Amino acid sequence: MTTDTDRAVPGEPGGRAAAGGVDDSVHPPGAAGGEPPRRWLGDRIGSVEVLAALLIILIIFREPIAATLDDPRIQTWTTVFVSIMVQAVPFLAFGVLLSAVIAVFVPRSFWAKALPRHPALAVPAASAAGVVLPGCECGSVPIAGSLIRRGVTPAAALAFLLAAPAVNPIVLTATAVAFPNNPEMVLARGVASLIVAMIMGWLWLRLGRTEWIRMPRRPELDDTSRGRAFWAAVRHDVTHAGGFLVLGAMAAASINVLVPERWLQTLADNAWLSILALALLAVLLSLCSEADAFVAASLSQFSLTSRLVFLVVGPMVDLKLISMQAGVFGRRFALRFAPTTFVVALLVAAGAGAVLL
Amino acid sequence: MNRQAQAVILLLLGGAVIRASVTDLYLRYVKEGLRPFLIAAGLLLVAAAVMTLWYELRPPAPRALAPAGGPGTGHDAHGHAHHEPRVGWLLILPVLGLLLVAPPALGSYAAGQAGTALSAPQQSDYPPLPEGDPVQVSVLDYASRALFDRGASIGDRRVQLTGFIATGGDGQAILARMVMSCCAADGRPVKLGMTGDVPAGLPDDSWVEVTGRYTDRLGRDPVNDLEIPYIEVESWREVPVPKRPYD
Repeated sequence: MTTDTDRAVPGEPGGRAAAGGVDDSVHPPGAAGGEPPRRWLGDRIGSVEVLAALLIILIIFREPIAATLDDPRIQTWTTVFVSIMVQAVPFLAFGVLLSAVIAVFVPRSFWAKALPRHPALAVPAASAAGVVLPGCECGSVPIAGSLIRRGVTPAAALAFLLAAPAVNPIVLTATAVAFPNNPEMVLARGVASLIVAMIMGWLWLRLGRTEWIRMPRRPELDDTSRGRAFWAAVRHDVTHAGGFLVLGAMAAASINVLVPERWLQTLADNAWLSILALALLAVLLSLCSEADAFVAASLSQFSLTSRLVFLVVGPMVDLKLISMQAGVFGRRFALRFAPTTFVVALLVAAGAGAVLL
Repeated sequence: MNRQAQAVILLLLGGAVIRASVTDLYLRYVKEGLRPFLIAAGLLLVAAAVMTLWYELRPPAPRALAPAGGPGTGHDAHGHAHHEPRVGWLLILPVLGLLLVAPPALGSYAAGQAGTALSAPQQSDYPPLPEGDPVQVSVLDYASRALFDRGASIGDRRVQLTGFIATGGDGQAILARMVMSCCAADGRPVKLGMTGDVPAGLPDDSWVEVTGRYTDRLGRDPVNDLEIPYIEVESWREVPVPKRPYD
């Protein structure tokens, strides 16, 4: 009978609470969900139970699942997906840790003192801060989210978001190693990426609207207990940003398997087409910024300028970033920010290639 | 998903990452140097899970006694709170990938999709090969010496290299090894053609140890139109998948 009650009220906003209302007459409200006095049969099923059932089913059907994975395409997809996730986990953890520290322990007044008062000057300062911090794009999204939450002007936080993964010591060293015969590539990459980050920050100052950024409410961050707030921030950011990272990694793995490299061969001969093609490829492949230089080096049939575009666009706009930005800042933001960044990065990198390479 | 379920998923993810990095499983996906960071990240995930459960299962703080307070609520009347991310369910997928499936390192399919990765000559003169007969070299080392040095630093030494069998553009068996710089997503193949006693009757993805000498024969990779060096095979034997599948 309880199940029927559950089903009768799903449309109501308080559906679950109303269904729980039957219990509430019996149990105190605080006891709902997770607390010992839960009735297991005929009561509603919580996510922990769903999770447990799911895992049991998966373990039982392990053999048939493994059999379907035998196809080389699916197997390659799984390998690429798992490796993107494994590669990203340390960077995600580092970014989440830093963002939780910013969100909980660094007082708001610190940012007012650390960054120039005027937003237009805060943008280059934040870009420069991004240069120092070695990181991957997966980590910088939660950090930028935390910065905005703590009152940093969005323009500066976004400049940081773009600069941090694109120009940092590790990435520049990797670029130098990947292009031993073209050291100017390192300079071109650093300069072009910084310019893009600053242009995007200033563009946001002129055109951006705060209401585009719709950050989820996070009441737990204002918890009186710092420790509780800190771990709540870590837990939330890992599941949230991590979940969107999974989406992005699945998309990137699909592109990796479905788009054969030989298609690119036909595009390489046309100067403009090749720039556009590599810019799109950078978005679709979603490589870690520490690795993309090596991939760019192996795309030797393409011009240096088009490969520079690949290196500048990739860390700033790619599938997993778009997915994570949509999650952290809201879809309206990501739909405007990602395409604009793409165009700006493409133009700046092509210009830098023409001048420096 | 409520906080306890999130905690369980974090625990699983952290556990899966730690397990993969203390065994050699992680070498199928990422570089060896990432190991300490993987372990640290795994420990952080486990700590986050434990702390979440600790705060959740302790007697509720006074504010949790407010009406409509349940798991993950506390600020609105909805049964599910907006700040409890449903997208977190997806984190089960990498957990399953690592614990249940553990896919193999990239193999012949990926090698056939991508062009041979030997493009930029790293240096013009190669140091002499180390001692030994046959001398152990990597596929990458042999290929770059054969291609950019025209075999001068190999001479007529016998070399021994390990790779897997893949099918080349002309349907012939080739010897390939994946190189990666960060993770398997950027894995690219290095391909070698084989003449002489070419390993026969082996399916793709079989690992072989090939002993042979330099030959100046060259082929072309149809994928990216780059040259593929050859090796004159004298003998070969099947070997198990190496611990480090990437060069």
